[in-house]
Amino acid sequence: MIVFRDVSKIYHMGEETLRALDHVDLHIQSGEFVSIIGPSGSGKSTMMNIIGCLDLPDEGTYLLDGLPIERYSARELAHVRNRKIGFVFQNFNLISSLSAEENIELPLIYQGLSLRERRERVAEALARVDLTARRKHLPNQLSGGQQQRIAIARAMASRPSLFLADEPTGNLDSRTGGQIMEIFHELHDAGNTVVLITHDPEVAAQADRRIGLRDGRVEEVL
Amino acid sequence: MILQSVKMALKSLRSNKLRFILTMLGIIIGVFALVVLVSLVRGASSSITDSVNELGTDLISVSILDDHSHPIRLEDLSELADSDGMGLVAAVAESTCSASAPHGQVTTQVTGTTSSYRALQSLKLESGRFLMKPDVDNHTNVAVINHDLAVKILGRTNVVGETIRLNGTSFKVIGVLEENSGSFQFSFFGNYQCYIPYTTLVRLNETTSRNVNSFYAGAGPEGLDATEERLKNWLDERFQHDNDAYFLFNQSQISDAMNSITRTLSLLLGGIAGISLLVGGIGIMNIMLVSVTERTKEIGIRKAIGATRGSILLQFLVEALVISLIGCIIGLILSWFAIQIIDLIGKVRYGVNPSIALLSVLFSLLIGVLFGLYPANKASRKPPIESLRYNG
Repeated sequence: MIVFRDVSKIYHMGEETLRALDHVDLHIQSGEFVSIIGPSGSGKSTMMNIIGCLDLPDEGTYLLDGLPIERYSARELAHVRNRKIGFVFQNFNLISSLSAEENIELPLIYQGLSLRERRERVAEALARVDLTARRKHLPNQLSGGQQQRIAIARAMASRPSLFLADEPTGNLDSRTGGQIMEIFHELHDAGNTVVLITHDPEVAAQADRRIGLRDGRVEEVL
Repeated sequence: MILQSVKMALKSLRSNKLRFILTMLGIIIGVFALVVLVSLVRGASSSITDSVNELGTDLISVSILDDHSHPIRLEDLSELADSDGMGLVAAVAESTCSASAPHGQVTTQVTGTTSSYRALQSLKLESGRFLMKPDVDNHTNVAVINHDLAVKILGRTNVVGETIRLNGTSFKVIGVLEENSGSFQFSFFGNYQCYIPYTTLVRLNETTSRNVNSFYAGAGPEGLDATEERLKNWLDERFQHDNDAYFLFNQSQISDAMNSITRTLSLLLGGIAGISLLVGGIGIMNIMLVSVTERTKEIGIRKAIGATRGSILLQFLVEALVISLIGCIIGLILSWFAIQIIDLIGKVRYGVNPSIALLSVLFSLLIGVLFGLYPANKASRKPPIESLRYNG
């Protein structure tokens, strides 16, 4: 469950101050499939960074599953990201020197899981995205769609309570993008919370609920 | 976690082999230089020390340069030896003679001396006996010969009772030294030694005087330094306090001097090799800094999926350590081979000095930590958002 209470994020650029998020209130229930939509510069990325615990709000409160995130240290934030959040990025963000399965294994290593458990979970995640045959490939030996599926598998393997996807179909053609969205639907159907950040109304429309952002304010909740 | 970090480090190093090898080369050369140079110096110094010890370290040798018309006779030396605080004293005169026997002929070193010489030089007899007081008193023609000389001119070593000729005069062999016993002489022609009574040498060789010009004195009951002091007093009294009348040399000074030379030498060479190891460490730091910048994105990804600052720091630190340790191990292996080859070629057995090998491992570890810490810390402090956005 995600709760924003009066959250602001302020950037100082010389003399000017920019409110990337301006007194935002937000509730996302567990198990919801929500898309956050807005044009570039609307504060989407800032919102995603705060939801993903990569950044902290300057004002207001952010509760993730009831945890007061803004009071957490860098180390605690890393633990929250590791266990509660599964990131999926527009440019996949796989580590190029690691094979597909090693990329998937990485968050599990940080969780301190045993080798056996890591193997099980990696195999399970690979099967879910249907890429078991390509587990030894390096990212640059995989197509964009395959890379994104590996990235989703990496998010799945750590069993997060929240999947946070930032333009996951942005670098893909519409057919491959459709396959990726299919996986998010499956994740949602399995009871996971999915938050999708996009500027594409068509993609956003696939979510149960859309949250519009403009100039750092929540504009419309549909 | 550490094991995982080592695996990750190996993986990332394997993905950039040439860079890894070149960086390691600095450490390899440093460790190689350190281990080989110091092992060689230690090996050489221990072999030199052995040779010096064989010459007798608890020995004072005295040469008379100007006897002020008070020449020292053998009787004076006996008196000196019997006086308080003195140890053994043996007159020494050296010459070369042509030694011949049925089996062969050779030029040999001849030492004219007295019975105490054996103990002073720790000579070991294989058979027979050494010179004794009656031999000296009666200037008999008897000789103690060393192993090499026996083999050369008689063809065997059980030759007590045989007769040899020194410059044409017959001598009865009364003793044979063990192999490698006796004064060591650096000679291409072999090490031939023959010991005869001092008085006999005086007769045999006209340049040898009855006046003793050179003698050895051993340590008395109060030690070598006290003996040296007494000896000096005795000589000063005899030669009217003319310091230039004699030259006195305490052999223990040789080993002291040798030790200090080799210590300085191994510090110097070790220091130079240490500096090259340090330069290797700077190479590691340099390449780690490049690597941290290049892998900014990777660091961002790792942080996003849950790596703490500590685990990023550990990862890069372990990478630096792996470079320095693998480099160190390769350096050790290479230096082991180098020293085996040097041992094969040369006479002296050097061997890798274990303490310097251990030291080089510790030093490499220290360098890995020292020069890896800064880049690793830099990597761990990278903010995740900016790092994720980085496109290098």
